[in-house]
Amino acid sequence: MNNKLQISLSGITLANPIIPASGTYGFGDEFAELYDINCLGGISFKGTTREARYGNPLPRIAECGNYGMINAVGLQNPGVEHVIAHELPRLKSHYNGCIVANVSGFSVQDYVETCAMLDKEPIDILEVNISCPNVHNGGMAFGTSPEAAAEVTAAVKAVTTKPVYMKLSPNVTDIVAIAKACEAAGADGLCLINTVLGMRIDIRRRRPVIANRYGGYSGAGIFPLALRMVNQVARATSLPIIGCGGVSSAEDVIEMMMAGATAVEIGAANLTNPMVAKEIIDRLPTLMDELKIEKLTDIIGIVNHE
Amino acid sequence: MKQRLFEIKSNEQIAKNVYRMQLGGDTTGILPGQFVNIRVEGQFLRRPISVCNINNGVLTIIYKVVGVGTEAMSHLPIGTQLDVLTVLGNGYDLSKAGDSPLLVGGGVGVPPMYMLARQLREAGKTVRVILGFNTKDEVFYEEEFCALGCDVTVTTVDGSHGVKGFVTNALDGKQSYYYTCGPLPMIKALLQAAGTNGEVSMEERMGCGFGACMGCTIQTTQGPKRVCKEGPVFPASELIL
Repeated sequence: MNNKLQISLSGITLANPIIPASGTYGFGDEFAELYDINCLGGISFKGTTREARYGNPLPRIAECGNYGMINAVGLQNPGVEHVIAHELPRLKSHYNGCIVANVSGFSVQDYVETCAMLDKEPIDILEVNISCPNVHNGGMAFGTSPEAAAEVTAAVKAVTTKPVYMKLSPNVTDIVAIAKACEAAGADGLCLINTVLGMRIDIRRRRPVIANRYGGYSGAGIFPLALRMVNQVARATSLPIIGCGGVSSAEDVIEMMMAGATAVEIGAANLTNPMVAKEIIDRLPTLMDELKIEKLTDIIGIVNHE
Repeated sequence: MKQRLFEIKSNEQIAKNVYRMQLGGDTTGILPGQFVNIRVEGQFLRRPISVCNINNGVLTIIYKVVGVGTEAMSHLPIGTQLDVLTVLGNGYDLSKAGDSPLLVGGGVGVPPMYMLARQLREAGKTVRVILGFNTKDEVFYEEEFCALGCDVTVTTVDGSHGVKGFVTNALDGKQSYYYTCGPLPMIKALLQAAGTNGEVSMEERMGCGFGACMGCTIQTTQGPKRVCKEGPVFPASELIL
């Protein structure tokens, strides 16, 4: 372990700040065929709901040039009971790092029940997704109003002793207001951003590429937007932030941390280069030497210091 | 899954909008019906392409130019190094073939039939092949399948080559089992005409191509399955079309 890379989230030590983002890494099985996933600081596993979900009709994927992609998967998952019985024990058996349980719901009660069940399991952080743009009557609906975001935060906090990180949507007028509402309601941390609502049209068939019409845009193209929002929230709250959105290189990781992130999630980049998380972790020490960074904790939010 | 570098040995047009690329590199472990996922400079997502053949460290793929990614691929010169994910998907189950399997390929569904036909011929099977195209300009690999010793029928929708009509017009019902890959309307017609004693390679728009993103999951009689991981080959009886 390289102590230069070590960071801490709500008292949990991570060997490095790199966490594959939920929905881009499954439960790690596919990536473990290519490298030892124990190099990762943490893993945010596939978004889990109270009941099993198939998700949205196909096609669910659209490309956006060289800069990213749109997905409208719609939280396909086997349901929390199956995750606890099968996926989590398997992940736990071959991964020793920080396990971030990503949870989504369609009512406050959904979030509460799912989080209460996971509270008894060997997970380290609950990442409460109030920002999925691909489901109706839930997901993002809770992340677009400060009141609803606070309600979910408080309700989940009441049923768990695990650190609760709220995953925020960029599809809002004022992300700072939502972040502050989560903080006031007792959130232990924040993760931002989820995908940006987007669209592509097949000009030959004259119809949307995505069957669900709109989907979540992710990839390198959203990095500046994510960075700006992380910085705004870092300046307005005192919660630890997991920065997410378009991160594709070790340089992006440093930038996210300088903006105010304590840890950094890698999303869409895992899908195009399955080695990217490991490559970033391997590259960080050299890059830090170049930038004269002694340890990563020294640069968190450094651009916000007077 | 493996991530490997391959070098382009040839890249040539073989029919209307259809190209064959031969790639030198590590082909070990690749089974008939599996696919590779190729990084193309300037494109965010990789391009999933079914394997046509492997032979002494040379991987053959055949692809149709349908968009900017495959268009860019068609211009890549010999010697270009490509970042390729290989050994993806499940592949066909050769143990079910019986003595006289039927292989049905439609358009760019033809290529995966080639490696399958070769291995079935090497196993001593009597292999019947039906290759469906729209028109004469699009026909490819008829001679190659003949050279393997297969009984080959080509159909074209407009009748400009071979039997006029669809692949279903060439069925004789004598097969022990069938294997197929092609456009969805062809698959539906084939299942209706030939029943479900066979297996089908499905095509879907993919994100990662290796099971991580859930972008290509279809509903089957056995629950949701990822085309890229549990597929692309499914028993015909499991499909909900």
